[in-house]
Amino acid sequence: MIVAEGLRKAFGSFAAVDGVDFRIGKGESFGFLGPNGAGKTSTMRMIACMSPYSGGSLRVLGMDPMTQGPAIRGRLGLVPQEDTLDEELTVLDNLYIYGRYFDLPKKLIRERAERLLEFAQLTDRRNDKVGPLSGGMKRRLTIARSLISEPDILILDEPTTGLDPQARHLLWDRLYRLKSQGVTLVITTHYMDEAEQLCDRLVVMDKGRIVAHGSPRALIAEHSTREVVELRFAVDQQQANVASVEDLAERVEVLPDRILLYVHDGDATIGEVHRRGLLPESALVRRSTLEDVFLHLTGRTLVD
Amino acid sequence: MAAQRAGWPTWFRAVWVHAYTYSKVWKGSVTTTFLFPLLYLAAMGVGLGTLVDRHAHHVGGVAYVDFLAPGLLAGTIFQVAVNESTYPVMARIKWMRTYWAMLATPLDIDDVLIGHLGWSALRGGMVSGAFLLVMEGFGVIHSWWALAVLPLAMAASVAFAAPTTAYAATTTSENGFALLYRFGVMPLFLFSATFFPLGQLPVWLRAVAQCTPLLHAVNLLRDCTLGIFPATQALVDVVYLAVFAAVGIAFARRAFRKRMVL
Repeated sequence: MIVAEGLRKAFGSFAAVDGVDFRIGKGESFGFLGPNGAGKTSTMRMIACMSPYSGGSLRVLGMDPMTQGPAIRGRLGLVPQEDTLDEELTVLDNLYIYGRYFDLPKKLIRERAERLLEFAQLTDRRNDKVGPLSGGMKRRLTIARSLISEPDILILDEPTTGLDPQARHLLWDRLYRLKSQGVTLVITTHYMDEAEQLCDRLVVMDKGRIVAHGSPRALIAEHSTREVVELRFAVDQQQANVASVEDLAERVEVLPDRILLYVHDGDATIGEVHRRGLLPESALVRRSTLEDVFLHLTGRTLVD
Repeated sequence: MAAQRAGWPTWFRAVWVHAYTYSKVWKGSVTTTFLFPLLYLAAMGVGLGTLVDRHAHHVGGVAYVDFLAPGLLAGTIFQVAVNESTYPVMARIKWMRTYWAMLATPLDIDDVLIGHLGWSALRGGMVSGAFLLVMEGFGVIHSWWALAVLPLAMAASVAFAAPTTAYAATTTSENGFALLYRFGVMPLFLFSATFFPLGQLPVWLRAVAQCTPLLHAVNLLRDCTLGIFPATQALVDVVYLAVFAAVGIAFARRAFRKRMVL
C-alpha cells in the first residue's frame, strides 16, 4: 500500500526526515514511534499528500503523491495531531461537509454518518455544536469523520495525545475494531504502550532516521532483556550506587531519578542487591517495554 | 485528477461549504444586512441630506441622499469583504484549522483559496442585493444600470478580500488586524468619496485617495445607480480594480502555499 525508499523532507538546510525506507502492506497496522521532533509528523504529512517530499521516492496505493495527490487523498483518511473540526457546526454537520469534500451523495453520507456516530459513541450529541465537546469526543469525531469516505488507509498522527486514560482505552478499542475490519492503519505515537497495543510492526525514529524496525515483541527481544529492575536511591545518589550493582545486569541505564538494571530474573537480582547491604528507597521488577528499546537505541527517554 | 467522481469540481465543493456553513448562521446577520442601509440612509441621507441640500444646493449635481447611497453601498461591500477575510481566515488556518481538514481531502490549496474568494464574491452580491432593495425604497436608484451593481460588487469584493486574505495568511498574530482597521479600513471608508466628493479634499490627499481601491469601487457603483458614465473615469476604475484584484490573488496564493503546503 505504501512504499518509501530513501524518503527525505528538508526545511531549508534542516532535514526533518533524512532518508527512510519502509513498506506497509494491506490490512497492516504500522507504527512510527519516536520522541517529538523525530520526523514522524513530517513523514505522515508526506504520506497524506499534504507535503511534497524533498528526495527519495514514495508510492501510496501505487501512485506518486507529487502528481496524483487528489486521487490518493480521495482514498485516505487522516486523523491529524491537532483537531481541525468546525466548532461552529454540529457534530452531524461536520461529518456532512467532510463527506461532501469527497463528493459523496447526500444520502450515502447520512447513512454512513449514522453508523459512524454509533461507532464513535456520539449519537446523542449529533445535533450539538462541536465547540463545547470534550477532547475525547472531538478526537472520536475526528476519527469518525476520517472514515466517512471509507478509506483504504487510515493515517493517525498521535491520536491519543492529551487524552485521559479512559478516553484512550475507548479510542484503542475503536481502532482495534477498524483493524479487524481490514483497514490499513498508519499510526504515529510517542507512547510505547499505544504502539504495543495497536501495531503489528513499527519503526523507531530518531532525528529523522529509522533506528530500528520490527514487531514490538521482536524489538524488545532483540534490544532488551526479559525483565527490568528499577532501583530508586535517595536524591542525587543514583550515580554513586552504580558501581555496586552494575555487575548484576547485562546492561545498566542511569536516569536522574533511578537506575535501570536489564536482567533475566528480576527477583533474583533484587535479592542480590539486598544481600550486598544496599538500601534503595524502592525496588521494582517489570517487563521490558519499547521504552527500554528506545532508551537503549538512543540513550534518551521517549517523552520529555 | 483521476479517480474523481463525475460530480462537483473540487473548487466548487470549497465554495459550497462556505455557503452551507453560512446557511446555518445567517439569521444573525440578515437583520444587520437590511438594518444598516436603512438606518444610515434615513439618518444621513434624508436627515443630514436635507440640511446639506438646502445649503449646498446639491452635491455633485444630485441630491445628497442620491450621492451618499452608492458610496455607503460600496463602503459596506468593502467592510464585509475585509471583515470576512481577517479573523475568519486566521481561524480557519490557526484556531479551528478547518483549512487543514480540507487539504486532507481531494481538495488542494488553490481550491481552498477559490472557496474563500468565491464565497466573498457571493457575499458581496448578497449584501449589495439587500442594499439595492433598501435604496429602491428610498427612491435613490435612477437607472437600470443599477443591476450592474451586482456583478461589480462581486468583483470588487474579490479585489478587497484577496489582499486581506494574503495578510491574514501571512501574519501569525491577530494584533495586526486592529491596526489594519484603524489605519486602513476606517480612513478608506471615510475618505473615498463615500460621504462627500473627492473635490472637498486638499489636492495632495486627492492624489492619495486615487491610489486606494475603495474610491474606484465607489465611483463605479455611483455611476451605475445614477446612470451617469464619465467614460474615461469608469475605464480607469475598472482597470484599477482588475489589477488590484489580480495582484491580491497572486499574493494570497503565495501566502496560502507558504503557510499550508509545508
